[in-house]
Amino acid sequence: MGPLSILSQFPEWINLLIALFIGVGFGFALEQAGFSSSRRLAGMFYGYDTTVLKVFFTAAIVALVGSQLLSFFGLLNLKLVFVNSYYMNATIIGGVIMGAGFIMGGYCPGTGISALSIGKIDAMIFLLGGLVGAFLFAETYSSIQMIFLGNYKGEMRIDEWMGVSPGVFTFILIVAAVLLFWLAELSEKRFSRPDITSEI
Amino acid sequence: MEKRKYMNPYLAGVLLGLVLLSAMFLSGRGLGASGGIKYAMVAIVGAVDKDHAMESSYYSKYFENGESPLKNWLALEVFGMVLGGFISGAISHRLKFKVEKSPKITNKKRLLFAFLGGMFFVYGAQLARGCTSGAALSGMAVLSVAGFVTMIAIFGSAYLFAWFFRSLWI
Repeated sequence: MGPLSILSQFPEWINLLIALFIGVGFGFALEQAGFSSSRRLAGMFYGYDTTVLKVFFTAAIVALVGSQLLSFFGLLNLKLVFVNSYYMNATIIGGVIMGAGFIMGGYCPGTGISALSIGKIDAMIFLLGGLVGAFLFAETYSSIQMIFLGNYKGEMRIDEWMGVSPGVFTFILIVAAVLLFWLAELSEKRFSRPDITSEI
Repeated sequence: MEKRKYMNPYLAGVLLGLVLLSAMFLSGRGLGASGGIKYAMVAIVGAVDKDHAMESSYYSKYFENGESPLKNWLALEVFGMVLGGFISGAISHRLKFKVEKSPKITNKKRLLFAFLGGMFFVYGAQLARGCTSGAALSGMAVLSVAGFVTMIAIFGSAYLFAWFFRSLWI
């Protein structure tokens, strides 16, 4: 039963090896999807390329449905899988700052890394800026600490908050995703930029 | 050599979802990226000014028991990402040093905003305890409110700012 490394008590070096292989799969999938291109990623926000939406929602739903199924068949103990905690103000403010960074830089850390790996110099500079951003956070931590640690809501779950079962929420998410995919296909026609899409 | 076309996005999404599911099943956690950048920064600070690192409550926790800030799941995963991306680029004939940008702007402008963008993004990721991979994507897969809020905040914000930075892209 999973999570294997926790329940089967793998030694540390095996956990690290697993992490390495998962990372290889992650980087491979991102690059295959074309996320190693900043102009493709930016296209999400100008309508001409909606790959980000399609990949993101498909991936989230596959992992969500997959884990729910594994749990149902007693193959995965979901209580032992990390659920990120909700610190409301920090999450919202941090998210807004990230959005600004995304549209300025054309990457996020994961996509930036996949782009760096194929030689994109703009991604290398993006990640260099990223190191500086992390440094700034560390050096000014005391000034942001209250926001960072404030308004803690615990490991809030969206299905519990909405008062529905995980299965019902998953169904709602799938319906929403299909609707968004349809809108995405329309958007690519309406805002198409063949001059850009032919180059990326 | 002709560039291979990118994978169908829905297929790529399935592949990515299976990678995330493996992480959940094998290691009881989701994926991540911004955290790897943090560990790299901490390692650099430790290498350049160990005293400063050990005196700071922020940095010192990563050097407890003489451990390296790079000897952890996330740092290894991020290193793997570089390898995986490279392999994908190699088999698809997409390996090439270049500055990717709109032809309407200079390299200098692109790189300036790439740097600023990275700085803002990773600062924000530290504050939000994760980025699109670690907080949003992985969070959504475990139905966390933090995951969904992070996703909405990032994408909502990018859309809001898109008009102001349109000259960089379109």
